[in-house]
Amino acid sequence: MSNKDAYWEKTKNHMFVTLALWAFFSLVVFMFGSELNTMSFLGYPLAYYMTAQGSLLAFVIILFWTANKQEKIDEEHGFSERGDN
Amino acid sequence: MFKGDFVKNLPKIYGTYTGGFLVFIILMAIAEQAGVSAKNIGVMFVAFTVCIYALIGYLSRTINVDAYYVAGRQVPTVFNGMATAADWMSGASFVALAGGVYFGGYTYMAFLVGWTGGYVLVATLMAPYLRKFGCYTVPDFIGTRYGGNLVRACSVFVLFIASFTYVTAQINATGTIASRALGIPFEAGVWVGLISILICSMLGGMRAVTWTQVAQYIVLIIAYLIPVFWISSNVGGGIFPHLMLGDEVARLGELEQQFGLVKNSAADMKAAGVPGGLKYISGSHSGVPEGGMAVWKYLSLAICMMVGTASLPHILMRYFTTPSVRAARKSVAWSLFFIFLLYSSAPMLATLSKLALMDPNLPTGIIGKSISEVQSIEWVQRWSEVKQVFIADFNGDGILQLNEWFMRGDVVVLATPEVAGLPFVISGLVFAGGMAAAMSTADGLVLAISNALSHDIYYKIIDPKADTAKRLLVARVLLVIIGAAGAYIASFRLTSILGSVAWAFDFAMSGLFFPLVLGVWWKRATRQGAIAGIMAGIISGTLYLTWVFPKFSVPIWGGVNTPFLGIDHLRFGLIGAPICLVVMVVVSLMTKEPSPSVQKMVDDTRIPTGKPILGKQ
Repeated sequence: MSNKDAYWEKTKNHMFVTLALWAFFSLVVFMFGSELNTMSFLGYPLAYYMTAQGSLLAFVIILFWTANKQEKIDEEHGFSERGDN
Repeated sequence: MFKGDFVKNLPKIYGTYTGGFLVFIILMAIAEQAGVSAKNIGVMFVAFTVCIYALIGYLSRTINVDAYYVAGRQVPTVFNGMATAADWMSGASFVALAGGVYFGGYTYMAFLVGWTGGYVLVATLMAPYLRKFGCYTVPDFIGTRYGGNLVRACSVFVLFIASFTYVTAQINATGTIASRALGIPFEAGVWVGLISILICSMLGGMRAVTWTQVAQYIVLIIAYLIPVFWISSNVGGGIFPHLMLGDEVARLGELEQQFGLVKNSAADMKAAGVPGGLKYISGSHSGVPEGGMAVWKYLSLAICMMVGTASLPHILMRYFTTPSVRAARKSVAWSLFFIFLLYSSAPMLATLSKLALMDPNLPTGIIGKSISEVQSIEWVQRWSEVKQVFIADFNGDGILQLNEWFMRGDVVVLATPEVAGLPFVISGLVFAGGMAAAMSTADGLVLAISNALSHDIYYKIIDPKADTAKRLLVARVLLVIIGAAGAYIASFRLTSILGSVAWAFDFAMSGLFFPLVLGVWWKRATRQGAIAGIMAGIISGTLYLTWVFPKFSVPIWGGVNTPFLGIDHLRFGLIGAPICLVVMVVVSLMTKEPSPSVQKMVDDTRIPTGKPILGKQ
């Protein structure tokens, strides 16, 4: 397998992991809305908290994490861009 | 000022600007104490900020194609994040979102998840690859990847439908705010809004829009957060509402029990003469509705908004302006961070404002009081005059019940500062913020449409030999035409703000999502597949919309139809996008696989380093 193919293989896997996390916080959590609402977090019912703030915050964290991880994959395979921000 | 070390000086420039804006707010507060009228303060807020945007637009003028279309690809990550956030958060987000949560509660908050979660799709599936491609517009990618003028024209067609639906709503919002703040008729407000939008974008294209959007973000976030924090501490919600409103949310649940959530019949509301567009609270604030259908309704709306986000050209094109692929990825994360600051505050504002009106123990509470007493409150009178709030005593007992209080959603943001006893300077600030939000989105949208028409239709299809001066002239003329057409339609007030905003997402997802994703992730996707997919998606989606939306279905299909599987007019992308996917895959597999040169192009797109596929054009 060439370096390019190996790189794309890793990038693809990384994409699936990211999308799995995304699906968890955007869809799976809200499939169980009424069950989650019986629990509480910071004093808020949990499902309410997730839709008002929790999932949104999770997306922000996922995005920074995924960008950093992808940069590591770039570096490993020598496709990293340098000298910019 | 905008040359040489401009990019390095950005933090200093915008730092000074933010400081200047805060000083302006303080000056206005002093002016209010000195007896300047509330109306004049509103005028000064809007006029001052719009003049600043116009100045930035003028300073960013350019005759360079790369600067005009992609801001010279030198916008740093964090600043591009702010610009995208302003581009994203429309007049509807700013003015109507908290109102939506106020009336819709948990069910409505599917929009919050939908309008943020989509960025994960943007970052993983699209933005870095489109940036590497080096295109000027979204159809530029589709046209080059699949090859040919027809597929390019098809994608411009979808872009046009989606963005134009969106832009009329934005110009409408700009007009509403301009008319209220400046005290002029709505129709005049629309044209004032349009002129402000054009001044910001015409001379400098993407470059001007980028730097004004950053400025607009700063104004809109200050204008949103100051009232939220202030109101919260005023009504006893704590200084940091995001973490401290647990008790208030629980209290709302108790009050809902106490007052009862009653649904009014349409006939009653008509008989009482409730003005159109006004709503009352009939759903639970934090309670989750029971049943599989309710869950599906929530999820399907979130899916449509997320997938739509990842297909909206005016958002995707913001990531063409970063200096590198890496910067494009990081920039998506920053965008969502800046969006999060506002979106996570909207439910808090809704909670506070709902509690202020509902809790009989608070001095601001009105539910459960006698109607004559409520009608004598100053802000109730003021907003009743303009038909933004309404009281209907259905049971005739002279006491205001929860289902007898009607209000337009916008009032939550526009009037809560007043209700909670904040000085008028805050209301002026909120006007300026709403104006910034509506203008920045309209700017981005008008530019997305006119760039696609000037670059993809005029330059790539009609006259590929046109020189730079002529291309930029055409781009600017189209910008004015599109803006004017949007304002003209908006001046008829055909659409309610939110209905049409959601439609833009569904149109974009029906016709653009899969052609964009498969263009990068599936080498086997062919030109014929893309053409068939785009057209099948957009046509089936649109047909379904006409079938399911009562205002269209009665004249066209001769009756009202029950939505299929609960897919109503807000969710028609769920019909269009899957059809687009199936048709695209089937037709691609039936046609000859793309040539080795196209496959190599896709390979190169997938790797961050190396030359962009399209260089300077």
